Order: sequence, then structure tokens, then C-alpha cells
Amino acid sequence: MTRYAYTPRTAGYVAIIALVLLLPLGAAAEPARPSMKDRVAACSACHGPQGIELEDGYVPRIHGKPAGYLYNQLVNYQDYRRRNTSMNHMVAHLSHAYLFEIAQYFADQHTPYPAAAAAPPEPLAERGRQLVRKGDEAAGIPACDACHGERLTGVQPNTPGLVGLPRQYIMAQLGAWQVGTRHAAAPDCMADIASRLKGRDVEAVAAWLAAQPTPADTRPAAEPIDAPPKTCGSVPQPATP
Amino acid sequence: MNAPRPFASRMMKLLLACLVFALAVPATAADEAMRERGEYLTRLGNCSGCHTAPGGEPFAGGLHLNSDYGTFVTPNITPDGAAGIGNWSADDFYRALHEGVRADGSPMYPACPYPSYTHVARDDIDAIHAYLQSVAPVEQAQPAHDLGFPYRYRSLLGLWQALYFEPGEQADDNARSADWNRGRYLVEGLGHCDACHRARGAFGAMETADDAPGAMIHGWYAPPLADPAQAGLQGLSIADAADFLQSGKRDHAAMLGPMADVVFESLQYLRDDDARAMAAYLTALPEQQVDSPLRLIRMSEDGRQTAMAEGRAIYADRCAGCHGDDGRGDAGAPALAGNRAITMDFPLNAANMIREGGFAAATADNPRPHGMPPFYKLSDRELAAVLSFIRGSWGNDAAPVTPTNLRR
Repeated sequence: MTRYAYTPRTAGYVAIIALVLLLPLGAAAEPARPSMKDRVAACSACHGPQGIELEDGYVPRIHGKPAGYLYNQLVNYQDYRRRNTSMNHMVAHLSHAYLFEIAQYFADQHTPYPAAAAAPPEPLAERGRQLVRKGDEAAGIPACDACHGERLTGVQPNTPGLVGLPRQYIMAQLGAWQVGTRHAAAPDCMADIASRLKGRDVEAVAAWLAAQPTPADTRPAAEPIDAPPKTCGSVPQPATP
Repeated sequence: MNAPRPFASRMMKLLLACLVFALAVPATAADEAMRERGEYLTRLGNCSGCHTAPGGEPFAGGLHLNSDYGTFVTPNITPDGAAGIGNWSADDFYRALHEGVRADGSPMYPACPYPSYTHVARDDIDAIHAYLQSVAPVEQAQPAHDLGFPYRYRSLLGLWQALYFEPGEQADDNARSADWNRGRYLVEGLGHCDACHRARGAFGAMETADDAPGAMIHGWYAPPLADPAQAGLQGLSIADAADFLQSGKRDHAAMLGPMADVVFESLQYLRDDDARAMAAYLTALPEQQVDSPLRLIRMSEDGRQTAMAEGRAIYADRCAGCHGDDGRGDAGAPALAGNRAITMDFPLNAANMIREGGFAAATADNPRPHGMPPFYKLSDRELAAVLSFIRGSWGNDAAPVTPTNLRR
């Protein structure tokens, strides 16, 4: 019986074969393409993990929000249903497929939340709590948590969370709906609700929300809301590019 | 009344129906092919780039174009009868693009680049007409242009056309390749590249000099295509230039600003043969050294040293993380060393890029572009300093920039 002699030559063959076999593995282990984190550096510059306090806390937290919601907003900016010079410019020539990938990336980032803002004074705080938790039946305003979830962390796939947002940002959004510079898919339930907020209601809701402590479970609710109080065009749409 | 007549009448109707059907089916298929060709050509002409307002309905107009003569509001070119061009025949449409005359007989402002479109062949214009007549009509009339005296008097345009406009297609140059001729047809005709890349002189007429500078569009400078140190593609192979046109990206450089819009809306849809043709023409343009229309303010050596030191510190803090200490860039961030967007004399495009940031266009070959963060909090002084630094480092040898040059 012939035994394989272990010669330097055999060793050389073995080494070459091993190298050839390992090469593809080595290539696969290297990051084939730059990471998504690098690609979205333009976003993260303002939308830091906790929402950087920029321009009096105007920039919202986007980390961990439902991907469908984020995607809808990116498309809204592209189509000028939402107006912000910087955002309209950023998304101007990106494909829907890529916008969805960007939305998915930020939806998957579960970073710590910022500390809550100081509670607003009474009677603002009580009015804010009432609107968020109970609504105002006489004015035709449903409770915020009836759609945005009991924990106010949003609902999959398209309803955003309301906690961890700067007061100024929430005020600006409700104001934008009131004056018609922010739109969602028709029927635009938030436009209707915002038009029913009177006096200091916008300020009350925004200040109370910004002062809420971060809930233990910050993930958006997975189950859809049973019998939502309003029909909202953007809620049932499947969130795909 | 006799019995057979209803039968004969029914037979006649049936025969007629068959005849109409037989005629209509091929006509419909031909119409559809023409509309498809028209859609492609409409993209190449990027008609929607001007005839769609931000967030507006496609082709419904309403974009505001600021100029030295006032503000033009682009018209609705959807097939709505009253607000758009639904009542324009193919002849009317051809006359508009070929002669700059509207269906009502009045002359058109050369804000619409018909001095370029006049080179487009009749059957291509007919295909564009067929496509535009098939898009959704939008019942939205646009307001009149808001122009200064005397430009608001449309009748004066007849005189302008007599002085500055020569209608007509260009004959092929038989000494040149078919690609070159097709490329010239697309670049100088439908593509109307010169409408932005070539300055306009007296009364908005295109400069004809070989070394004419570029022009400003939406706050950016469209650099001249004749200068290979600016927008010229003469240094590239035809294949590389064709790729660049379709993808908007090349090695460590990308088309940005309004040109990224053009790539996204128009050039990425170029068929390979048309991209090659445009590249053949653009790479063969006679080379010219073209001066910047903006004169940089001279800086003393002391001033330059101060700006470089301040710029170096800002660069290390804000830029080096992606663009590298050596300015050679990284997988996503372009190299700044040897980058003509940085080194060309005219500094505002690089300044815009730093101030506004943004993404390159998402295209088939570059589907997931990287984004540059905006640095809009930099003061004019800081911006000028960091520009001076990147224009004067790593072998770059462009003049320093003063804050005054950046004030708009």
C-alpha cells in the first residue's frame, strides 16, 4: 500500500488548495460595500441618535420609528407634501427603493431616548394630558393614544411614536397641518384633528408629550388598532417602495 | 318595407365594424410605439424638469425661473384644452419647438430652449407631442410671467427672434462618425445642454464664442463643457464618459446640484447607444481654457496663511473623518485632491456642497449613493477658510477664496 509521503512539495499543494478554498471566504468576510451607517451620514448629522438639540430642538428623533412611517415621510418630502428646505433637498433624487432602505435602517436603530423635558405648568399640563389620553369629544378630537398606541410609541407599520420628540417639533408639525404645509395621504386625519385644536391646545399637547418619561418598552405596538376613531389614508397602506 | 333590409343592414354594420377593427388595431399598436418613443425623448429633453413645479402634477408647469429679466412661470403642457396644450395639433407643437411660435401665433420667450429644440427632427417632435397628449390632463392654468420693462411685451420677441434666433435642423457632418452626429443631435438639440452650460449675453441670446463661460442655474454654476478642467469630458474614454452620463458617478466624483436632478430625471434613462453617442460628441469637443465669470478677490500671502490655518483646523474637525487627512476620500466620500469641482476657479459649487450637503442621484449603477451632511452653520468666513484649505492642499493649486466672494 502506497503511503502518501509528506514532502515540502505536498505541503505546497495543500497550502495552495487551502488558499484557493479560503479566498472566497476571505473576500466575503471583508465588508463588500460601505455600511449603511456611512451612506446615511448626511441624515445622522442632524438626526443624532437622540435627536440633536438643533435650532431650539426642532429636529425630530427618527430612530426606532416604524419603517412605514419613515418611508412615507421621505416620499412626502420628495413630493413636497411636507416642506423643509433641507429635507426636500436631501431626498430630491433618491429612488423609492433606496428611501425605503434608509427608512428601514433607522427603524432598526434602538438607541437610548433623551431625558424628558420639564413638565409644563398648570393648567397647560392638565389640558395636554386630557387631549392625549381622553381627547375632547365636544370638539371632535380623539385621544392621541387611541391611534399612536397606549405607550405613545407608535403602531406598526405606519403610525409614528410621539414620545422622545422635542416640544418645538411637535408644535411645528401641528401648526404645519393647520396652515396646510404638511400633508399625509388622504383622508388626512391629522389635518382634520389639527384644525380642531384651539387656543393653547397645540402648545399644551406638545409640552405634555415632551415631558413624558420614556416607557420601558419603546418599540412601536405590533398589533393594529381596533376600530380607530378616525380613518387615516396613510395608516393601512402597505409600506413598500 | 321588405324583409331582407334589416339583415343586409346588420351585415353591413358587421362588415364595417370588422373593417374599423382591422384598421384600428395596427394603428393603435403604432400609436402606442410612438407614444413610448415620445416618452423616452421627453425624458431626454427633460421637459418635466421645468414644466413640473416642486410637488406639482407632472407637466402642469408652475415652476418659477428667476432671470435678469424677471420671473418666468413655466406653462402647463398637459393635454387640458383650456389650461394646457390639448388643443395644439402636431403642426402647432412642431412650430412651437421649431420656430418658437405658440399655437395662437405669438412668439415664445427663449426661456424655453427652442433655440436648441429647433435642431430636433420632425418625427421626434411628433412623438413627443403624441406622448404629451397622452399624459393626464391637469386643469390648472399658470399665472403670467412676472417680467420687467420692456421684456413683458411679448410682441418684442419677434424682433429678438429676427436678431438672435436661427431656426433649422443641423445637417450631418459626413466627415464625422454616426455616433458623433447622433451625439451632437442629442447634446445640441433635445438635451439642450448649452441652455445651462453656456452663458447668455445681450437679451438672453446664447454666447457663441468657443470660450464662453457657463451660466448660473438655481444658485449653482453650470461649468463650460469645452474646458476639461471644468465640466469638459475630453479627458475620458467614450465608454467612461457614457457611464458617467448614465450613472452620475465616476471613481471618486459625482454630479451634484441641479446636474444630479438632470441625471435622476433624464440621463439615467439614456439607452446605451445614445449614451455612447453623447459621450462621443462631448469627449471630442475642442478643448478651451475658459475663464471664470466670477473674479476672485486677491488675497495677501498673510491673509492666505491665516485662512489656510483656520481651514486646516475646520477640515480636521469636520471633514477628515470621511474625506481623509490626505484628501483622498474613502469608499463613499469623494477625493478632494485633484477634484475639479474643488479646483476650478469658480468656487460657489463647492461652497454649495459644503453648506447644503446632499446625495448624488440614485441610478442603476449607483443605486445607494452616499450623502454629504450639510454644514449650514459655518459662517462665510469659516466656509471661505475651509475652501481655501482644500483648494490649496494635497497638490491642489487653486486660488484662496475670500468670504466676500461667498456672500450672495
